[in-house]
Amino acid sequence: MNDDKAPSPSRRQLFKSLTLVPIAAIGVAGAGCARESDKPAGGLSAAPGEYQPTFFNAAEWAFVLAACDRLIPADNIGPSAGQAGVPEFIDRHMQTPYASGDIWYMQGPFVEAAPQFGYQGRLPVRDILRVGIKGIDAHCQKQFSGRSFAQLEHADQETLLKAAEAGKLELDNISAKEFFTQLLNETRMGYFCDPRHGGNKNMSAWKMIGYPGMRADYTDWVEVRNQPYPLPPVDLAGKRG
Amino acid sequence: MAIVKPKVDAVIVGMGWTGAIMAKELTDAGLSVVALERGPDRDTQPDFAYPRVVDELEGSIHRKFLQSLSKETITARHTAKDNAVPYRQMGSFKPGTGVGGAGTHWSGCHFRALREDFNLRSNLKQRYGAKFIPEGMTIADFPVSYEDLEPHFDHFEYVCGTSGKAGVLNGAKIPGGNPFEGSRSREFPLPPNRNYLGAELFYKAAREMGYSAYPIPASNASAPYVNPYGCQMGPCNFCGFCSDYGCLNYSKASPNVSILPVLRLRKEFELRAHAQVLKVNLDNARTRATGVTYLDATGRETEQPADLVVLCAFSLFNVHLMLLSGIGKPYDPVADVGAVGRNYSYQNLNRVTLFFDDSVQANGFIGIGGGGATFDDLNGNQLDSAKAGFVGGGVIWARQPGSGPIRGITTAPGVPNWGSAWKQGVKDAFRHSFYYEVQGACMSYRSNYLDLDPTYRDAFGRPLLRLTFDWNDNEIRASQFLVDKALQMCKVLNPKALSGDAKKAGEHYNITRYQSTHTCGGAIMGTDPKTSALNRYLQSWDVPNVFAPGANAFPQNNGYNPTGMVGALTYWAAKAIREQYIKSPGALVHT
Repeated sequence: MNDDKAPSPSRRQLFKSLTLVPIAAIGVAGAGCARESDKPAGGLSAAPGEYQPTFFNAAEWAFVLAACDRLIPADNIGPSAGQAGVPEFIDRHMQTPYASGDIWYMQGPFVEAAPQFGYQGRLPVRDILRVGIKGIDAHCQKQFSGRSFAQLEHADQETLLKAAEAGKLELDNISAKEFFTQLLNETRMGYFCDPRHGGNKNMSAWKMIGYPGMRADYTDWVEVRNQPYPLPPVDLAGKRG
Repeated sequence: MAIVKPKVDAVIVGMGWTGAIMAKELTDAGLSVVALERGPDRDTQPDFAYPRVVDELEGSIHRKFLQSLSKETITARHTAKDNAVPYRQMGSFKPGTGVGGAGTHWSGCHFRALREDFNLRSNLKQRYGAKFIPEGMTIADFPVSYEDLEPHFDHFEYVCGTSGKAGVLNGAKIPGGNPFEGSRSREFPLPPNRNYLGAELFYKAAREMGYSAYPIPASNASAPYVNPYGCQMGPCNFCGFCSDYGCLNYSKASPNVSILPVLRLRKEFELRAHAQVLKVNLDNARTRATGVTYLDATGRETEQPADLVVLCAFSLFNVHLMLLSGIGKPYDPVADVGAVGRNYSYQNLNRVTLFFDDSVQANGFIGIGGGGATFDDLNGNQLDSAKAGFVGGGVIWARQPGSGPIRGITTAPGVPNWGSAWKQGVKDAFRHSFYYEVQGACMSYRSNYLDLDPTYRDAFGRPLLRLTFDWNDNEIRASQFLVDKALQMCKVLNPKALSGDAKKAGEHYNITRYQSTHTCGGAIMGTDPKTSALNRYLQSWDVPNVFAPGANAFPQNNGYNPTGMVGALTYWAAKAIREQYIKSPGALVHT
């Protein structure tokens, strides 16, 4: 797993690297990826564009940036997924043993089963995401005259994600619903994880919900009823939010 | 050729609660003991040290303290007609691994079974007539009584520093405890823990409904404590990382905190971690175990000869080892013969969540695994089964083992799974909601059992254990009845919104959703070798130098968490080994 000290190229460099996405498309109003209006509101230091992915390729990365911000959008409730560093989390998380199926039973035969028995395919999480992204982009290109998911209007992106969630989207090689489930799980994990994993920048998602983070000692607050818990979060590194 | 180790008096497979208790008791009796644990060695320092241990991603997603299914898992299906598929991702239950086993990541609820839980079948027969028990329901009496186990319940509570309040002490009811419990010979070693909001309100709602709420017996220390072995505990600080996690604070009883500090110093005791037991070796007649074969940390096949083999793996894997080793006759549900695999049961867990506005500081992140409140007014003989339409009651409780956003935030009904409305939903719910649960009993049936899978194998080439299990009408009716009672009770508290997850008619067991790690049965204790794998001392009927303590011994599961019962049964079996078996090795019960 890489760490926070990975090179942080500028947004310009990142866009240059998105070889599969026409630069012009980025400027289309409503395009999903890193619009100016999605810039972090409150002086967050690590904008999503500054992280250089080491797992996802350029096309996959464009999808992740766009999809995460549909799942957890920018608004006045709390940070967007992008603002919280979720894409960075997912890129790093895909390189952990967990994402390569370390704690899953991965032996065949792989047979279909009722949903009560869980995912029975042979792909670990990281490949579910890769195959699913490719499938959705291929679907988009057919449906939206050559445009990828990241190049669609937000409303179209949301419609597609809703269809995937409901199991109403047919993709090659993978269940769109399973893909969506894993993508949403990863997005939520990146939003709420300890910042050491790359997401939840500045503990911003914890602050949104009022989670004190890794304090792990509430001896003096068990029986307090009439006032909100007063302390800000701390993370595993001991930083205060 | 396998490496052959020097013979010992006893080999113990697995170093969770049952393994630690057995190792302590058998070394007390002067036996030489080798314990083989498939996972790593673990201790509070450094494995559960703050802050690293409270990383939710590592604990609850990467499941660093749990068994990796890549090595060993089970397959599952609903009926004998279906093809089973592997339990590929952990969901419904969470076996542990490593020294301490599931006893490191349990919550701490530490109940004794009710007196009537022990003679369930004969009690129901007497109360409602033999015909009341449905065809195919294979519930049985335990071959021990509450009175047999009382000293062992008591001792295990004192080992664990259990915090609670007696309701019946030496036959006399005393206020504040469970008025329906079996009589205790002593008060709990520690007083109850303090109440967080959800527990405080539970008492209020229960009182209004006429229920007798009492503190859940919790092996989460309410005060500094030294147990009879000299092991020390510190008071629980409500850190909120019990379930899935080892305790950072020496507050939650565990084999590591409560027994191993003594064991580790003993010359007669040797602990080998990363020792994966593959099978129990039997003599040609298959009536005597000669030891076990395991893979050592480097993967070398190693034989550990021993006079006594004690299977102390997680309940499912005790059954697995018996089936793989040919100990006893495997259960055949069609012919209804054979004992090993019979009477698998589970736990009927359901949840109701109460949502309030932001003036209510529920603070679910403040957590204590076993603390909280419950009542027994719908459990045991308090339940009128004829009126309710099902057998086996359950408890309703307030528990708050500690929530964190990675472990999931339950949102109010109608909130979508993503988007701005989800963000608002989690923000509204996180500090201002709490849940109560219904923990129901689960009966055993001819149709629910364990055997070996014909297709899938584990990382060591052995057939996986196959679980055939589905909900029966009895448990679905219980779920609906008890959840309805819980919802009625919640309305007293006037929440802004309320959700409940009672099982629907015809609902099938969903192995993807975490419900409970209380998997029971499969190698049950009984009085008849035809229908039980173990006698009343947890000794194999077929191979008398093999004992198999654990929840595998339960003929069915009651409404309580099993650990208190598992610990008491293990001390009971250890006493029989010490006082009877060692003097005269052989079957302790003759039929």
